[in-house]
Amino acid sequence: MKLSGAEIVVKCLEKEGVEVVFGIPGGAIMPLYDAMHRMASFKNILTKHEQGAIHAADGYARVTGKVGICIATSGPGATNLVTGLANAHLDSIPIVAFTGQVSTNLLGTDGFQEVDISGISIPITKNNYIVRDVNELASIIKEAFHIARTGRPGPVLIDLPKDVQFARTDFEYPRKDKFLGYQPSIKGNDKQIKSAAQEILKSKKPVIYAGGGVISSNASVELKELAFKANIPVTTTLMGIGSFPENHLLSLGMLGMHGTYYANSAIQNADLIIALGTRFDDRVTGKLTEFGLKAKIIHIDIDPAEIGKNILVDIPIVGDLKKILQKLNKQVTEKNEKEWLKTIKELKNKYPLTYIKNEELKPQYILEKVYDAVGGDAIIVTSVGQHQMWAAQFFQYTQPRTFVTSGGLGTMGFGLPAAIGAKVGCPKKNIICISGDGSFQMNIQEIATALNNNLPIILILMNNGYLGMVRQWQELFFERRYAKTTLNGNPDFIKLVEAYGGTGIRVTSKKEVMPSLKKALSSKGFILLDCIIPKEENVYPMVAPGGSITEMLGVNGK
Amino acid sequence: MRHTIAVLVKDHPGVLTRVASLFNRRGFNIESMAVGHTSEKDISRMTIVVGGDERVLEQIIKQLNKLIDTVRVKDIDPDLSVQRELALIKVKTSSLVIRSEIIQTVDIFRAKVVDVNSKIITIETTGTEDKIDALLELLKPFGIEEVVRTGKIAISRGINTVRLPKN
Repeated sequence: MKLSGAEIVVKCLEKEGVEVVFGIPGGAIMPLYDAMHRMASFKNILTKHEQGAIHAADGYARVTGKVGICIATSGPGATNLVTGLANAHLDSIPIVAFTGQVSTNLLGTDGFQEVDISGISIPITKNNYIVRDVNELASIIKEAFHIARTGRPGPVLIDLPKDVQFARTDFEYPRKDKFLGYQPSIKGNDKQIKSAAQEILKSKKPVIYAGGGVISSNASVELKELAFKANIPVTTTLMGIGSFPENHLLSLGMLGMHGTYYANSAIQNADLIIALGTRFDDRVTGKLTEFGLKAKIIHIDIDPAEIGKNILVDIPIVGDLKKILQKLNKQVTEKNEKEWLKTIKELKNKYPLTYIKNEELKPQYILEKVYDAVGGDAIIVTSVGQHQMWAAQFFQYTQPRTFVTSGGLGTMGFGLPAAIGAKVGCPKKNIICISGDGSFQMNIQEIATALNNNLPIILILMNNGYLGMVRQWQELFFERRYAKTTLNGNPDFIKLVEAYGGTGIRVTSKKEVMPSLKKALSSKGFILLDCIIPKEENVYPMVAPGGSITEMLGVNGK
Repeated sequence: MRHTIAVLVKDHPGVLTRVASLFNRRGFNIESMAVGHTSEKDISRMTIVVGGDERVLEQIIKQLNKLIDTVRVKDIDPDLSVQRELALIKVKTSSLVIRSEIIQTVDIFRAKVVDVNSKIITIETTGTEDKIDALLELLKPFGIEEVVRTGKIAISRGINTVRLPKN
């Protein structure tokens, strides 16, 4: 039986086990929306902006580990996906994005709503396609899913000209995908793994530096096995949060610019750094030439291009972290470097992560109370800025895929739509979105999406009336010249949420926090806690720009 | 330090853009690039000459390998390969004497005259970059009107090949 291109897309998505798509219809994608309307077995969630759709797909992918799907029309629909593609690309999140396109006979003529989204998205997708022939459609979709989820995951875009969506052909979903060239290394070099094991056994001051790759390869169990067996302290990057239980003695929390002093100090004093699924980003390393100078470095990553990109390493291993750690763990015997662990313990006691506790409604206090209110069991989704760093610092994460944040791109406005995707992916979990008042207003329209789809999400607004992180930098490094960081003209957020049909509670004092959280947790719909926090609270500690990671300001929270 | 890299790519629309975009974004400087079909169906071969130290070269090769359309990437060792470039050169010939002088030079370089009229002589030459540079230098005094060069292509000597991976 012949199917139209649009129907083939639906069939392929079903074959791939897709549960939900996020998107917005428009002229050039109408055939696909019509086909989904008629025959799709999966959910189809309408967002209010295409950026919301792709961040929702991203949030869904992060909490489930599955491929997120978003759909937009041609032209402005497609360009509205650009930030989301870049966001997923930098954080290695598997997404397949479909865009409508003008018919093939109009391609290249500057037709109505025509934009070269394939050209635009080359540097921010793992791969992309323009489907010019309906007979290639099924195999392209198969290939796109394979590429998105294997190796180092990432977003893939498929551009669908309108006539290709209408064109009919026989449908058969290819069984096996043939790839010339694309063959991610998985196993890891056995010799290198052996040398890594030897270095670990030899080391006196080892530290594990774990990144988002631990989460994407589902290697948390193996990471814990390695750390527990050889008593190695573990610090995670922002993307690696949740890969190792932060309530464990060996946990050093996050490292880097707003990491703990003891994590950064451990790195600088270590004789062996075991870098797992991570890429030595500048926010982690600080001044690169002074990073981990006393240490040998073992670097395990799925992407060979990350090896030696920013920093020269002693033992590189390319492959899937889970598989490699399984092999490595067999070769690492139990050990316990008591002196080193004692040093670590002293550092942790001497320089704890803290803040000035007083009568004010501090954001750090709110996060501690959030932790108490949910007993640590929630998925925290953030936007970008000060609130993001506080959320990384002051909630203790113990499970992978429970902290969803825009790491590499730092996309303000990511939080709310990503929380929507997270709730759709994990409907039984408490989904708590932490946002600033700046970030919130960058995708505020998605309140409607949460309400329309009956998604009980708690949004905790850290409202300080500033673009807070920029203001903090202006205070510290631009002599307090607050150039355009004051958010004059903020709406009454409670009234705004109520106008959409949701609930809002204003929180202005410490004593209101717990009761409001309890109310929010029992709420059946979208609920906002508008927390009025001190206007000039800063995120500490902080590595001064250009400094090495132990040159930190505010080590004792002030 | 200059390197010659052979890249086999799937012959898709846009593959050239992908490669060029990668070089541009990562700040790798392309000195020349030559592209053509291979004996394999739907596979093209690019020969790219780039500047950079060993570490830059390593990154270039890794980044090229990351492109889904890339099938194979190989750094071609200049000592173990044959490297050629083709150039077409138009030179002014104001008199018969000058024309014969030019033709002498052409002969010395084992180049070829491929077109001639009373005002212009067009020369074709193949060889290493140095040879073409030397010929151009000698022709310069006559007045070079136009030059077009293909960019370098290279092939390994002996049994080494840059071909599709087996299977």
